[in-house]
Amino acid sequence: MPDNRDRQLLEAIQLGLPVCPRPYEEIGKQCDMSEAEVIARLTVLKQNGLIKRMGVIVKHHPLGYRANAMVVWNVPDDLIAQLGGHASRFPFVTLCYQRPRKPEWPYNLYCMIHGKDRAVVLAQLEQLNQACGLQNFDQEILFSRRCFKQRGAVYQRSTDITHG
Amino acid sequence: MLTDLHKHLLNDFQRDFPLSVRPYQEIADTLGVTEDEVLAALTDTAVQQYISRIGPVIRPNHIGVSTLVAMAVPEEHLQTVADKISAYPEINHNYEREHRLNLWFVAIASDVEHLNHFINEVERETGYKTLQLPLLNDFFIDLGFKLDLNHA
Repeated sequence: MPDNRDRQLLEAIQLGLPVCPRPYEEIGKQCDMSEAEVIARLTVLKQNGLIKRMGVIVKHHPLGYRANAMVVWNVPDDLIAQLGGHASRFPFVTLCYQRPRKPEWPYNLYCMIHGKDRAVVLAQLEQLNQACGLQNFDQEILFSRRCFKQRGAVYQRSTDITHG
Repeated sequence: MLTDLHKHLLNDFQRDFPLSVRPYQEIADTLGVTEDEVLAALTDTAVQQYISRIGPVIRPNHIGVSTLVAMAVPEEHLQTVADKISAYPEINHNYEREHRLNLWFVAIASDVEHLNHFINEVERETGYKTLQLPLLNDFFIDLGFKLDLNHA
């Protein structure tokens, strides 16, 4: 688990790496760390998997990926890890999570699909259903309409979480 | 208009961004351009509008706690309720989706008590019940997103 210094560092970097010749030195100034310590800590956090990836985080919508759907399935608990692992390997799937079922909401597997338009997303879902054997499970597709807020999670005393 | 350099910067460095003293120099060396050209291209407004940031993507729920929340809000009240919810610093994503449950947002907090308190406040302030769907397992290995930029 990350220590307090790691948390300070992740908080300092959460709005992004500055575009300048020595960006890690700049980040270090914000959390009282040397450039070397910043680089060393980020390297360890990446190695131990707390940082899933480090790099350019693009916005899908302005780049022409205008359709976004959350697809949910109700799959047996003993199959979900296998199905989720399979589904997450498709390049158009941008998130793949298990969440609890609720009485009025019986779904437990969630995938986010990004595509250039609605027809593309529906074709991608069809492909996903066929390839993973998901077509026989209850499912719903929820296209996004308005985006009221989207940001790389800033919050008090903590850092970036993509999708609760 | 995106140049070839822009396209490489958007697509090729979504993961394994150099963790070195001069990361942009390292990228420049890989692409056969100068560090100044990389810095200029990344500062370019054309590219800026396509990049949310350069930085780490953190594994969810390892720092702080969060939950996905769904609400069913009548269409005529949706904008007002959504604006109210977006205004909270605890919210990072807030979307309308095509469903009876039409408002979907992610709430994050430093601990469970804060999160529960916050959700109660949202229900009280908006007058609508929430469906809380916290993450149980993350199956996604994030390798970035391969962009087709032929028409960008």
